[in-house]
Amino acid sequence: MYKIGIIGERDSVLGFMAIGFSVHEAPDVDTAGELIDALAKSGEYAIIFIVENYAEALSEKINKYKDSPIPAIITVPGAGGATGYGMEAIRSAVERAVGADILGD
Amino acid sequence: MAELRVNPTRMELKKIQARYATARKGHKLLKDKRDELMKRFLDVVREDKLLRQKVEASLSGVYKSFGIASAVSSPNMLTEALMLPKKEGKLYVTYKNVMSVTVPVYSLEILGEGGSDSYNYGMAFTSGELDSSLRELNGILEDLVRMAELEKTAQMLAEEIEKTRRRVNALEHIMMPQYVSTMKTIKMKLDENERGNTTRLMKVKDMMVKAQLAGKNNEAESDEEYSEVTQ
Repeated sequence: MYKIGIIGERDSVLGFMAIGFSVHEAPDVDTAGELIDALAKSGEYAIIFIVENYAEALSEKINKYKDSPIPAIITVPGAGGATGYGMEAIRSAVERAVGADILGD
Repeated sequence: MAELRVNPTRMELKKIQARYATARKGHKLLKDKRDELMKRFLDVVREDKLLRQKVEASLSGVYKSFGIASAVSSPNMLTEALMLPKKEGKLYVTYKNVMSVTVPVYSLEILGEGGSDSYNYGMAFTSGELDSSLRELNGILEDLVRMAELEKTAQMLAEEIEKTRRRVNALEHIMMPQYVSTMKTIKMKLDENERGNTTRLMKVKDMMVKAQLAGKNNEAESDEEYSEVTQ
């Protein structure tokens, strides 16, 4: 049995508390980076959501966990609105697999 | 094309032929694997894309009403209201094998579900926007989990496809041509040896025939001499 975690700034993640996510507030990118490692290492989390604006800065760290089945680190848009980074991640996966972006718009 | 450095013998030729046959079989299998992986991958990605669009749209609604809620109530009160969730999400993970890639399958179990009365706070101090934001968030919970599953699957399949593609390309463009050209070289060398051998044999035979002829002639001459003497 696993938990679902979410990392982000207070305004973005507070609401997720009510639906049973384990909420981790991160005021800045560095804290968010440390949190990712800590949560991933604990092995209790199967899914870790992270808000887009942090994910963009931490893409290197997130890519490290891409190839193991647990945890899945998934970006969600934050309170600031969708930056399109999550969609970009899908695109980059397609590009990695196919060699070209064939999704279109 | 760089060739393998091997002795041009029949033995090596046999070995390389066997390896070439294996490589060809492997190439065909890997190519099939790549095609099938690609098919599955694209299905997953298409679904994921639609789901993400839906989730992102709902989330922006959630944040909007949540923003209003946090504007009209003090931060402390908001934290207090949300601090003790009524429900607890438990996530069970099983694994599925997609073309020898192990991908997770999530199943969510929510404990303490109270239907419409799932708010974990009293109505007195919180705003209605909070209710609607949480209701919407509740609505996309399953989608969020499904999206996570799809995205993880897509990531893992992408990696496997990349690996398989590299293997297919390596076999197709490096290994197999290498074997082909090495086999050709060995065959040419062997043929050359064969021809050299034939030529040598012909030459030797020629020499032997000549020697024999010369011997016969000598014999014939000496026979004549002998008969002359005896007569």
